[in-house]
Amino acid sequence: MQKCDVCNDQEATVFLTQIVDGKMQKVNLCQACADEKGVDDPTGFALADLLLGLGSQEAVKKSSDEAVCEECGFTQSDFKKTGRLGCAGCYNIFGDGLDSLLKAMHKGTRHVGKVPVPFQHTKELQERIQRLQGELDTAVADEAFETAASLRDEIKTLETEAAKAGA
Amino acid sequence: MIRPCPLLLDRSAAPLPPEAHMMKFSTLMRKPADWMQGQGGDSSIVLSSRIRLARNINEYAFPGWAAKDDRVHVLHDLKSTLEALPEMKDAFSADLQNLTSIEKQVLVERHLISREHAAKSNGSAAIVNRKQSLSIMVNEEDHLRMQAIRPGLRLREAYELLDKVDTDLETEVVYAFDNTLGYLTACPTNLGTGLRASVMLHLPALVLSEQINQVIQAVNKIGFAVRGLYGEGTEALANLFQVSNQTTLGDKELEIVARLEKIVQQIIQHEENARAKLGEEKRTTLNDQIGRAFAILKYSHIISSKEALNLLSMIRLGCDLGYFPPENGGLANLLLMEIQPAHLQIEAKRKLSAEERDALRAEITRRKLRNLPEPGHPAASGDGDGGDHDPINWNDE
Repeated sequence: MQKCDVCNDQEATVFLTQIVDGKMQKVNLCQACADEKGVDDPTGFALADLLLGLGSQEAVKKSSDEAVCEECGFTQSDFKKTGRLGCAGCYNIFGDGLDSLLKAMHKGTRHVGKVPVPFQHTKELQERIQRLQGELDTAVADEAFETAASLRDEIKTLETEAAKAGA
Repeated sequence: MIRPCPLLLDRSAAPLPPEAHMMKFSTLMRKPADWMQGQGGDSSIVLSSRIRLARNINEYAFPGWAAKDDRVHVLHDLKSTLEALPEMKDAFSADLQNLTSIEKQVLVERHLISREHAAKSNGSAAIVNRKQSLSIMVNEEDHLRMQAIRPGLRLREAYELLDKVDTDLETEVVYAFDNTLGYLTACPTNLGTGLRASVMLHLPALVLSEQINQVIQAVNKIGFAVRGLYGEGTEALANLFQVSNQTTLGDKELEIVARLEKIVQQIIQHEENARAKLGEEKRTTLNDQIGRAFAILKYSHIISSKEALNLLSMIRLGCDLGYFPPENGGLANLLLMEIQPAHLQIEAKRKLSAEERDALRAEITRRKLRNLPEPGHPAASGDGDGGDHDPINWNDE
């Protein structure tokens, strides 16, 4: 059974495929989620809209089924209208859904270029945390719990430091 | 709405005295930059190399969405910081509402600001360094659009120049930056590096030999854009084309620059081949085109911008191919700018109707070409192995 991409629970019965700039995007939905997202007229429907709403549950106002940026009040339909975002904070709100758009638009989805000096420290910390997290996962899988515990502590310390530096 | 938040890390710096030390518009007008005069270029096919960086200030809505008061506030705080940059010593700096529409248009014609920026007024500004190699637009689509421009194929040099300004600024203001997504921009197409590298190319032989569409398609296929003289959606006048990167996320800045450089070198090669082939196989057509351009520019009394630009392209080609003495090479470049509508109206010191512009344009080209000798007919080049008509095949990766 293919599960619904939105609720990840029910069986998907609505299958959407859209080709944007030669790249295929697919979304599978169950009937309930399709109804909720308003997927009834596939011709007048941009998959990007739907993708933008995915995975940002806290920002999505269920009643109006539209994502709104809390920082600047920008909405999903504003994005559709202008093709621009409202503020840097919008990337947190619409970010998850943007991923597939970015994939179609760019060479990668991660920045590998210049990092401004004030951000370099937090970036390094984040990379170290990521590496340690990988080691932690392996340690847990290997049931090396002592190593895992010390890795977990190390990650915690780094995370505290990163939070402080990022503030 | 957006929380008010200190924009500058250090707000204690006293504001600079108002524009007393800055360059005047008339000075900017009088002294065109080296790259505008075709000086310093190492290839006659490449006019200029340009790097643009898009940056935003954290905690403020992007200009297109921000309330007017917020835009004015961002501008106010940024302006003195920008004017204090060492690269911007004695710069030209103006709020757009203080410039006439013709003055703004001059900046567009010189590629110092975008057409979109020229349409803006309160809350937006333009700062241009004395050499006109560096310009910063405040509150265009992003809070900061910074550009460096150098003659010829010198992308790295332009990047280094701009990178220094960017590095100076990043300790003065807090950029909107994300460790995963990079520099955050209003439009997701600029995300990541926020870098647009572009090269202006003169490709008359590829146009005359009808190979240009093939080249454009090949370039598009590998993710680079080809545009006309004034960027997005503009016509390819004067056989001038801008080639630029389309993707900004997922590569390092210098990787983007290096890829564009490689592509441009291949285009130059194709243009040179096409020129050699024209010289061998269509010498009479070439003689005719250059001769006609010479005659019309030298003797006409009414000429439209489009016609003049396209004919000047032939004069430039003629200089490259030895029809005219080499010292005239820069003539076509400079004229490309001087016969543009806003430049004409500044020259005339008044608003001109389209008919008046066409007459003044013809007067200027007649005057400038007065000393240009009749085109000679260079002997067909003997080393012509450029005739091999290889299909355009790009090995980018």
